[in-house]
Amino acid sequence: MNLSEVQTVSPLFNLVPLVVLFPVLGLLLNLIFGSRMKEKTIGILASAASGGAFVVSVILAFALSQHHEAVSVFMADWITIGELSLAWTFRVDTLSAVMMLTVSGVGTLIHIYAIGYMHDDVRHNGDPGRFRRFFVFFNLFIAAMLILVTADNYLMLFVGWEGVGLCSYLLIGFWYDKGKDGIGNAQAGKKAFIVNRIGDFGLLIALFIMFGAFGTLQFDAVFEQAPAAAGGVILAITLFMLLGVTGKSAQLPLYVWLPDAMAGPTPVSALIYAATMVTAGVYLVARSAALYMLVPAAQDVVMWVGALTAFFAATIAVGQFDIKKVLAYSTISQLGFMVAAVGMGAFVAGMFHLVTHAFFKALLFLSAGSVIQGVERGEHHTGHGEGHAELDPQDMRYMGGLQKQMPLTFRVYLVGALALSGIVPLAGFFSKDEILAAANEKSIFIFVLLALAAFLTAFYMGRQLLMVFFGKARTEAAAHATESPSVMTTPLVILAVLSVFGGALNLPGVHSLGHWLEHSIEQGLEVEFVWMVALISLALAFLALIISWTIYGRRSLGKPENSDPLQEKLGSLFIALNQKWWVDEIYEALIIKPIRYFSDEVLAKWFDQEVIDGSVNDIGGLAKTLARAVNHFENGYVRTYALSILMGAVLILGYLILK
Amino acid sequence: MLNVIVFGLIALIVVATALAMLLTRKPIFSVLFLVLNFASVALLYLILGAPFIAFAQITVYAGAIMVLFLFVIMLLGAERAGFIEPLKGQRWIALILAVVFLVLVSILIMGNLLDLPSLHKPDVDFGAPVDIGVLLFENYTLPFLIISVILLVSTIGAVVLSKDMQPVKNVQVVHLDEVTTSGEEEE
Amino acid sequence: MPPVAYFLGLSAVMFMLGFLGVVLRRNALIIFMSLELMFNAANLTFVTFASFYHNINGQLFVFFVMAIAAAEVAIGLALIVKIFRAKHQIDVDQMSSLKG
Repeated sequence: MNLSEVQTVSPLFNLVPLVVLFPVLGLLLNLIFGSRMKEKTIGILASAASGGAFVVSVILAFALSQHHEAVSVFMADWITIGELSLAWTFRVDTLSAVMMLTVSGVGTLIHIYAIGYMHDDVRHNGDPGRFRRFFVFFNLFIAAMLILVTADNYLMLFVGWEGVGLCSYLLIGFWYDKGKDGIGNAQAGKKAFIVNRIGDFGLLIALFIMFGAFGTLQFDAVFEQAPAAAGGVILAITLFMLLGVTGKSAQLPLYVWLPDAMAGPTPVSALIYAATMVTAGVYLVARSAALYMLVPAAQDVVMWVGALTAFFAATIAVGQFDIKKVLAYSTISQLGFMVAAVGMGAFVAGMFHLVTHAFFKALLFLSAGSVIQGVERGEHHTGHGEGHAELDPQDMRYMGGLQKQMPLTFRVYLVGALALSGIVPLAGFFSKDEILAAANEKSIFIFVLLALAAFLTAFYMGRQLLMVFFGKARTEAAAHATESPSVMTTPLVILAVLSVFGGALNLPGVHSLGHWLEHSIEQGLEVEFVWMVALISLALAFLALIISWTIYGRRSLGKPENSDPLQEKLGSLFIALNQKWWVDEIYEALIIKPIRYFSDEVLAKWFDQEVIDGSVNDIGGLAKTLARAVNHFENGYVRTYALSILMGAVLILGYLILK
Repeated sequence: MLNVIVFGLIALIVVATALAMLLTRKPIFSVLFLVLNFASVALLYLILGAPFIAFAQITVYAGAIMVLFLFVIMLLGAERAGFIEPLKGQRWIALILAVVFLVLVSILIMGNLLDLPSLHKPDVDFGAPVDIGVLLFENYTLPFLIISVILLVSTIGAVVLSKDMQPVKNVQVVHLDEVTTSGEEEE
Repeated sequence: MPPVAYFLGLSAVMFMLGFLGVVLRRNALIIFMSLELMFNAANLTFVTFASFYHNINGQLFVFFVMAIAAAEVAIGLALIVKIFRAKHQIDVDQMSSLKG
């Protein structure tokens, strides 16, 4: 239904289309004029576009603080068929404002960082001309994500959903001619797109059911009608939506694309896989809170999926050697936390963690990028004598002792790691603790799972810190690494500050974020600060850090070829962790191989060639046979023709006479 | 009663000669049988009170058309055709169709026309040439003229068709002022 | 006078015999003659009905038919002669260039 309530309580609300239009303008300008502009100009233009969106978000948040109710701003009619009318309407309410601020704010910082990072990266990969392309895609992504969060109906949300999926594909495969065997990156992009498609399919089914049941896709209208609907309908909608969430937010079983997505440049990993795109699933569940609250069964499913993912991914992160892969699995794990939170009904806790996670995960990814480029610079410095392909600048075993070489990066990385581990008073502590408190109230099993995941989180972050920054440099490249330029380190510092003070958003007792979000979504589970839970989580985090120090910090790790010290203790379990429990291989064997076999043998060879081609050929053959049969009559003999004339005449005569 | 017997005899001759025309191997005999056939039919016309038509039949059909046939047979040298029918099923289908046709006609006749009374003996001046002539020139003028044109066309056509068209050889271009002896042309 | 039916029956038989001749004989001239037989059958019908309805128009029509038949025979025989000159035979089965 077309709800064009343009409540212009404050005319500032009408600025909301700009939040999408600025990035679009940026990308268009870069697309059309970029080849003539200098690199710096392109970067600044893109960052300004994203910054403009941020400024508009701030203005909207300010306007909302005066007028807390949601406002819909109608922009254009999209589909009008008979009674069906779907319009592009922006929704400005407290929940979308939170998302807008996070996306555009962190996004702008990453844009600025990317100016410096991509300057080096395109030269490292040998194609300076691709700089412009990167920023075009980056702006496109911001635009799509903002469409997603400002949508007032599920259809626009889906448009943004698909848009970010597309950008993810484009950006993962940015270096499409590089990677394993020359197509590794492109294949990673393909994998991301296809796995996401499965999730999108689930979301589409949910939308179809929703439209069939309610006749509308607009949020308010749907939530109004929802309680009256039959029970099974809401359950189906929410479960199918969950499928979309597992795809986009990388939960079990559709998380497999995210580790492969690390093939994209690091700013991409930071923006899309830390801060924004993957949180779209969490946002979707939070937005549909009214629906989920009606079916506790679906809520439980969401909760379990989130908790299991959190634990599972954390175990894998322990065994990874690539610096970005550790962070990737860490993201999956933290997303599990968020999904579990919104599944429990603690929507505020989930959103809180979403925001703080955006801060410190973006910080960690960007710092990792800084580390990688530092090592690359060090390698360049030492010359290519060691063989360029042998040294993987992302492998932690080849690092070490970077604390001395890259002090600023080290410090911000430390802040991020501690925040992620949940050390008080950094932001991660408060947000994670709120989730754990909610879990404690809800179910002891969930609490145990999440607590174990938190323990492992601290452990693998400690491991990472120790392997990368402490000890002695294990390769020449690491020994000669240099610090990154300020265009890269400045955003890092800003993010570090946010990671430190971000907890203030929703301090226990004050609950500023909670009150802010109250106007948009009803809180399902009231969470109070429980001292016991807080102490347990702190204790686990410290314990994990200490254990990691005993394993990795006490003795020197020696040469890169040495096996991981943990491997000696855990043996084959470590191999399983390192091989990510062979999930990709299992999928390949159980699902992909049969599908490929089916497509190739059954569909292509048998159905297409035999059945379809065969039937067409048979029709042709039939025509030939018929023709040959009729051909008999055209034998050129006059007498035959005469006979057929007589036959016709007798038949007509007979008909006339016998009538 | 006598009429019927006479009719029967003549009908018998008609059918017999027609059959004979069909079945005989030599075309010359076919022509002669057909002439007999036409003569018998002319007799039937007389019975039916159409004297003009009867004599026209003898004159045109038996006298002109059949003579044409004779000439052509003479020209072509009548050859014999083989007895074996090369086309499969032709004979059978033809015979079946013929029988079916007859059956249909008899159904028609017996269904509708048996109760028609016998023909009256025609008046003595019914079918007189005068009457036909008057009708022809007064009511049917246009068809008459068209018929005459058709006959003219067919005559011309026959002449044209039977002309031997051989390519012209040794054409000499003869200028009028150079004419001494007549140039040699071949048609 | 015999009833109309007898004349019509005779006419039908003549027609059928003429048709059999067209279909079953291979000599072009015989076919042509059979065609004349069929014409005659039609003429007989016309005359019969002319007598029955006491209307002379039927006989007039026979006159036309005869004229046309004469014209047709002239042309047809000219054609047959030409064909004979080309192919040296008049077996209609040999003239099957329209095959296919």
